[in-house]
Amino acid sequence: MSRTLTREQHLDLYYYMQLNRQLEERMVRLFRQNKIVGGLYASLGQEAISIGTAYALEPRDWLAPMIRNIGALLVKGFKPRDIFTQHMAKYTSPTRGKDGTSHFGDLKVRHTVSPISMLGDLIPVMTGVAMAGRYLGQHIVTMTWIGDGGSSTGAFHEGLNFAATQKAALVLVLENNQWAYSTPVTRQVPLKNLADRAKAYGVHSTIVDGNDVVAVYHAAKDAVDRCRAGHGPVLIEAKTMRMKGHAQHDPAEYVPKEMFDYWKARDPIPRYEKYLTEHKIWDAAKKAEIDARIERELDADQKFAEESPLPPPELAEEGAYCEGCHKIEADWKRAKEEVMPPKSSIQAEWTTPRLGGLDADFIANAEIPGAKEAAAANGEASAPAAAVAAAAGASSASPSASSAPAADPPAAPDAPEDVAKAPALRVPFGRGPKDREFERERNEAQRKREAQRQSRSRTKRRKR
Amino acid sequence: MPAITMLEGIRQAMFEEMERDPAVVALGEDIGVYGGAFKVTEGLLARFGPERVIDTPISETAIVGAACGMSYLGLRPVAEMQFIDFIACCFNQVTNFVAKSHYRWGAPVPMVLRGPSGGGVHGGPFHSANPEMYFVHTPGLKVVYPSTVYDAKGLLKSAIRDNNPVLFFEHKFLYRRVKEEIPAGDFTVPIGKAAVRREGKDLTILSYAAMAHTALEAAEQLAKEGIDAEVIDLRTLLPLDRQTILASLKKTNKLLVVHEDTRTGGIAGEIAALVCEGAFEDLDGPIMRVTAPDTPVPYSPPLEERFLPNAEKVAAAARELAKY
Repeated sequence: MSRTLTREQHLDLYYYMQLNRQLEERMVRLFRQNKIVGGLYASLGQEAISIGTAYALEPRDWLAPMIRNIGALLVKGFKPRDIFTQHMAKYTSPTRGKDGTSHFGDLKVRHTVSPISMLGDLIPVMTGVAMAGRYLGQHIVTMTWIGDGGSSTGAFHEGLNFAATQKAALVLVLENNQWAYSTPVTRQVPLKNLADRAKAYGVHSTIVDGNDVVAVYHAAKDAVDRCRAGHGPVLIEAKTMRMKGHAQHDPAEYVPKEMFDYWKARDPIPRYEKYLTEHKIWDAAKKAEIDARIERELDADQKFAEESPLPPPELAEEGAYCEGCHKIEADWKRAKEEVMPPKSSIQAEWTTPRLGGLDADFIANAEIPGAKEAAAANGEASAPAAAVAAAAGASSASPSASSAPAADPPAAPDAPEDVAKAPALRVPFGRGPKDREFERERNEAQRKREAQRQSRSRTKRRKR
Repeated sequence: MPAITMLEGIRQAMFEEMERDPAVVALGEDIGVYGGAFKVTEGLLARFGPERVIDTPISETAIVGAACGMSYLGLRPVAEMQFIDFIACCFNQVTNFVAKSHYRWGAPVPMVLRGPSGGGVHGGPFHSANPEMYFVHTPGLKVVYPSTVYDAKGLLKSAIRDNNPVLFFEHKFLYRRVKEEIPAGDFTVPIGKAAVRREGKDLTILSYAAMAHTALEAAEQLAKEGIDAEVIDLRTLLPLDRQTILASLKKTNKLLVVHEDTRTGGIAGEIAALVCEGAFEDLDGPIMRVTAPDTPVPYSPPLEERFLPNAEKVAAAARELAKY
């Protein structure tokens, strides 16, 4: 069993994953009946990522989903009826029909920012949310998702770099589902592990088996804890597979059949069911009880959505501006005096630790005037700069993943030169338990080679 | 009170708003220690500290995105574009994320995006632009472009207090060239209200920003020739002050629009349509316009002088219009 999850929490994870899947299966049927107005984007096979990551957040934390993160919205407290009505463009939907799909949010209670269709733009926005949360003393963590495809956008890189320079409490979950619409990941990014993107910004990163919900949860929990402690953003690469086309209209004929077969055998839900049984967390009766609850809830919410009216046409012309409909008030969890003069006043001068140039130890880490004092005033755990610098950029596998069921710790990303030397993977796509076994063998061989080389060089030194 | 520059007026607005409301924060490139490329934010960091005055990387998308995220938690960020030309780098954030937020999901974005704009300082194609019309064409935004010190200070305060995203254009030619005595104490200028700068009865010259001064200069010249021009300074481009425009036209029956922005798709076209819809019967002549030509802003002084409208060009067009 997992080191921290209770039995109830284990069952929660199942509930949300199955709810996510059943909800989407119903929407596929609705789509075929022409009841879904626009596109339908499936998260089939990726449910463990949305659920496992969002489950690591606290109610005060903020998230912003992407198109395949309906599961995260469910965990955050939205109801299936919100998803149904959004897709069916109903007046009762959270956006009252003004936008569809997962494009909705809630500033007040569920702390959710609505995405836009353009990829990557949530990263700077959630960086800003994290910065504001810190400023207001709220000790919140923010989380958003991006795909393998979206990790090539400028907004991704600008956002991640800014989050890193600000040490923003941002958990960025990179769902590597192998395909950006019809383009395989190998044609998008010349990297084996997209987690390596984080290294460029000195951002801590981990890699996790995205089809293992417990492993995903632990990776996310570690990331959230790390963020809340003030160590800056974390990127989690979750390896998975998009089991449908880009959207419902796309039959995904460009995906080799063997690839679907390979990943179908690693479906996160049956896998988790097996885990729950093996660890005696549930029995058949408990499963039947949860499944029945899901059916009941979905029946009621689908009925609600189908019977809901479409919006009145005149609504189209309303609401482009806030004309006094919102009262904007920040939720201060610290004394405002701390950010007001005279307390906020400082000596505005840069201090740079080194002179630049080719100094080997040079860390591009100019002190932001007054930043340390501000962090201390905000009650942040301010780790010594050196320790943080050492931690940042060091890509490492999440130690928690080892406690995950039926899964070995995901291999740490190799250094580029190792990749060059390493033999090709047996399967030219994705990663799963078999690949990890293979990788373990390969890493073992590499370690041996490395040990031999070191002992040789020691011998040489002795000879001299 | 001694006369102050527009730059100082904007600076005062920032200081006073940050002093008044701890939810107001500033972010942008080189705005902290350096005080901004034009020194608009000079002294802000020393007074309000690094949590409220944030030096950012050169990442316009990150600046606007982060400002938007901050506003979701109830802050009122004022983001600076070092030159407003660079707003093109974050066009998606501004037009898709920020502008559509309230309409799509009811999330207000109380942020200000401000920056130096306009030509006349030989800045060349990337430091002189007037990109306001991209944003006037974007529902959800407000677009403000003041011409006087009083308006700059009062409108920036209104923009910061507004619950909607406001683009605040600061004409860099005016930064240190216009000076004005302004009253002590807190005052605001409402967004969406034009100002009649000169009353007249023969024709209306409609303009904004640096060209409002050019229009006034032309009107003085025309007065000597017996043409009594009314000069209106739009101050806000979105929402347009339809009422003031139509009221003036009912009086003078003739309209000349002057803008420094390029011709096609400039605000003159929009105003012409608005007047045809609302006061066609009152028109005694064609709606005329004096604008920059449809080219980028050139660098070399004689080229830029040719590019920009000036009092002579405005007066010449007004004379033509007065003949109707």
